[in-house]
Amino acid sequence: MTTPDPMAEIRASFFIECEELLEALQDGLSMIDDGATDDETVNVCFRAVHSIKGGAGAFGLDELVRFAHRYETVLDEVRGGRLAPEHDALLLFMRAADVLSDIVRNCRDGIVTDPDAVEPTLRELEALTGAEEEEEEVCDFQPMTLSLDIGIPDTVESDPTYEIIFRPEPELFQSGNEPLFLLSALKEIGSVETECDLSNIPDLSELDPEGACLGWKIRLTTDRGQSEIEEVFEFVEGLCTLKVSESNTAPAAGLVAIPGLPPLEESPIDDAENETVPDQRTQSTDTPVDISPRLTLGLPDAPSASSEADASKTEDDNSAGLSTSEKASTPAPTPPKPAKPPVQATATKATVRVDLERIERLVNLVGELVINQAMLSQSVTQAGIPANSPVAQGLEEFMQLTRDIQDSVMMIRAQPVKSMFQRMARIVRESSASLDKRVRLVTVGDTTEVDRTVIERLADPLTHMIRNAVDHGLEETSKRVANGKQEEGCITLSAAHRSGRVIIEVSDDGAGINREKVRTIAEEKGLVPIGQQLTDAEIDALLFLPGFSTAKTVSNLSGRGVGMDVVRKSIQDLGGRVNITSTPGKGTCFSISLPLTLAVLDGMVVEAAEETLVVPLGSIVETLKVRHDDMRAMGPNTQVLQIRDSFVPLMDLGVELGFREPREDYNGSVVLLISLEDGTRSAIIVDTIQEQRQVVIKGLQDSYGHIPGIAAATILGDGQVALILDPVDLMKNATGKTRSTLSQLELAG
Amino acid sequence: MSLSILAVDDSRTIRDMLNLALCQAGFSTSLAEDGVHGLEVLDGLRPDAIITDINMPRLDGFGFIEAVRGQDEHRATPILVLTTESAPELKSRARAAGATGWIVKPFDPAKLVRALHMVAGPGATS
Amino acid sequence: MNEDAHLQSESTDRELLSFRVGEQEYSVDIMSVREIRGWTRPTPLPHSAEYVCGVINLRGTVLPIIDLSRRLAIKVEEASERNVIIVAHIRHQTVGLLVDAVSDILAIPESEMQPPPDTASDHERGFVKSLTIVDGRMLRILDLESVLPDQRQDAA
Repeated sequence: MTTPDPMAEIRASFFIECEELLEALQDGLSMIDDGATDDETVNVCFRAVHSIKGGAGAFGLDELVRFAHRYETVLDEVRGGRLAPEHDALLLFMRAADVLSDIVRNCRDGIVTDPDAVEPTLRELEALTGAEEEEEEVCDFQPMTLSLDIGIPDTVESDPTYEIIFRPEPELFQSGNEPLFLLSALKEIGSVETECDLSNIPDLSELDPEGACLGWKIRLTTDRGQSEIEEVFEFVEGLCTLKVSESNTAPAAGLVAIPGLPPLEESPIDDAENETVPDQRTQSTDTPVDISPRLTLGLPDAPSASSEADASKTEDDNSAGLSTSEKASTPAPTPPKPAKPPVQATATKATVRVDLERIERLVNLVGELVINQAMLSQSVTQAGIPANSPVAQGLEEFMQLTRDIQDSVMMIRAQPVKSMFQRMARIVRESSASLDKRVRLVTVGDTTEVDRTVIERLADPLTHMIRNAVDHGLEETSKRVANGKQEEGCITLSAAHRSGRVIIEVSDDGAGINREKVRTIAEEKGLVPIGQQLTDAEIDALLFLPGFSTAKTVSNLSGRGVGMDVVRKSIQDLGGRVNITSTPGKGTCFSISLPLTLAVLDGMVVEAAEETLVVPLGSIVETLKVRHDDMRAMGPNTQVLQIRDSFVPLMDLGVELGFREPREDYNGSVVLLISLEDGTRSAIIVDTIQEQRQVVIKGLQDSYGHIPGIAAATILGDGQVALILDPVDLMKNATGKTRSTLSQLELAG
Repeated sequence: MSLSILAVDDSRTIRDMLNLALCQAGFSTSLAEDGVHGLEVLDGLRPDAIITDINMPRLDGFGFIEAVRGQDEHRATPILVLTTESAPELKSRARAAGATGWIVKPFDPAKLVRALHMVAGPGATS
Repeated sequence: MNEDAHLQSESTDRELLSFRVGEQEYSVDIMSVREIRGWTRPTPLPHSAEYVCGVINLRGTVLPIIDLSRRLAIKVEEASERNVIIVAHIRHQTVGLLVDAVSDILAIPESEMQPPPDTASDHERGFVKSLTIVDGRMLRILDLESVLPDQRQDAA
């Protein structure tokens, strides 16, 4: 294990736990919002904040402790039924949860949280409970009833001697405390002389087996401060008579010294309930009234005695277990129970924290394995080995295993979209508050699992879409009321798996896209020619054009220089598509379709202009050969291809990528018919089709940046890098040039 | 020689920290996530001391202590309560429930070990 | 990071890897250099700047290759087998720099480096961080960051 610093490990795991707790808190709050009234829901919220505070304290994260403490205090009021979680209070709790998660993340990243972001919420929370004193939690740890002679030890002289009078009450034993251990704890901090006060011991006939009759006078010589002595007796404060004073006098009268006490470890004396009398000390511990041990109490000064006893106990687990059962024996004789081996760190749901990098490496390796295996099967086929031979059959099983491993590895990285959805809930809260709109977010399918890299990279575009829905999608409240709608707008965020992809939808119940307005703006900005025929879908798609913004005044929400074009681009970078559907008066829905994983891809390996490229298989409808008769001239240098009874724009891949000029003649060329999710199609001319196979996706974003028409790269069996096409992007940027000016003239002539 | 300790806390972070502190002190540690789980783990175990949190799901610290004290073999097992609050009423409540002592979170490992020695004896030589 | 450390301690030597692009001699801080490898045919990237040769496979990662002669506008012959790729790590990014030949590793005291004079053209000054004299020859120390393509118009 590479765990150089266990505390750093725990710290890291604390922040992961915080995320889980924050999620539980959010869940609890939304359940209360939905009408949950049971105690446990409030309890869950309280415990979440409480646990965050507890861990934060351990790491000295004071600002986190402070806020969590205040928050927790308020939740405790709710828990105790003294404060009702009204709508406004609940909104405050949600805001407080947001602030709390900010502080958590800032603490994690070592950023000091801006007090302005915290104080208002803190004060609002305070206002709910009434300001309480900033209680200092550390100091009232010390027992308060001790009468102390504060004697500052004279450093010139030898260590001071304290006289401690200690007389347990019966409650001390009932609480599970044991004077013997307190005395040995004292021995840890100095040299101890003990005298036992037997004066209160009654006759055996009157002896209360659960009473307390003994007292001790202890002379402790130590270099430690008085507070450390007091600390020893902390737990028995109020359960005994205790007097600590610095003194050099001889033993006080009334205490009888008992010399020559046997070493304490020899006596099983944990039966706190039993009092003991001197005469009975020889009795066996098995007698119903077990009375002997306490009297035999002594503090072994001889180190040999204790170390010997220690040694005997260290022998093995078993003997440790036995000594334990011995200690815990009750007054009634109990048959010694066999000591079971201790249950080690049981956890109901076992999880392992793994460095994401390790998983990445595993994913990559499995990807390579898939490729390798494909190459191997190819060689086996080429070698002419029959399919029913053991080699081919073994390979078949190997293939199946590889696929299974691949699926399992992908599952490791999959995580539910819930955490991201919760972040969006916050976006809705914040943006609706700043626009003074009442908005409710409904989430559907938050258990849907998606590759975590997809989730991470989806957060930004989704945030923008949500803001957009609140800002532009939903009408002003007055307008909603005027149109007979509910005052509170509703945004639905949903996730679902559909045919090997993930569909995420953001829909609102707003006014829908004002297509007239969109068209006017697009015309004004010169994005479309004035008066051009446009379908509804085409008008809606204008929203994605760079430089398009319908906001009359640039609000601070959606006017951050980020348009829907950027949203679309970042989704496309994920191999995703985004579509709009809108119904006037009813609302707008943005639908994002994403691949489940960013790691591997089924592709068709093709060649164009002597370069090898990979086309995602999912986008290819069919492959065909071009005949001259099927090509129709369109613009000055573009053509369409007639496929059955429809016309599809034709493009030459080599030309579109800028690798070469259009060819003279495409007769007989290979064409891939590409279909996009919105139904648009186009025909892409390639030189040859090599094979169909799975490829491992290697991102270009990090090493190079975005390339028009290219989604990513992969490494082929021969070690060469091949680019993976992004058909949508390719079509968007396509020139459609399939005729050079020269050939045009020839055709014309 | 080491003490055997059962530590019950619903926070993974605190469990980890307890485990670390106790292991470094040479104690053998069993962990549980809440009161119910604590009782399950305790079954058949004879720890020298028990450490428990108060606020936990399913069965809280008070309920847990009560249940432990209700078992004959654990009538006198020392129980330390882990608490972030050190309010006197919380201590008295812990004591009323049968706790032997308390430890204020965040705890200092050395102090934790000292406290355990105070209630469970000088097991460790470390 | 390394650059900063070096700037603070004036007296320390800096180790430089010197190389030839055309007839000119350049160098880079050896701390930035990961490895030196022979020529492999890069896969061309569509619509890329003319000084970007393409990408190669460096043990499983996709490595962009920058033709330094084109980047620095130095006339040389077409890339061939004689060329060498310096794999350098610049700002969390690994790139390959195509050069004509790697010549030497030199230790130059920080104090002997001087900023390029104002008379140098703006273009050249942009790429050269400092100058020094080695055996009577002028050695240009390349500002690696400025050599990177100016893309990175990443989505928000």
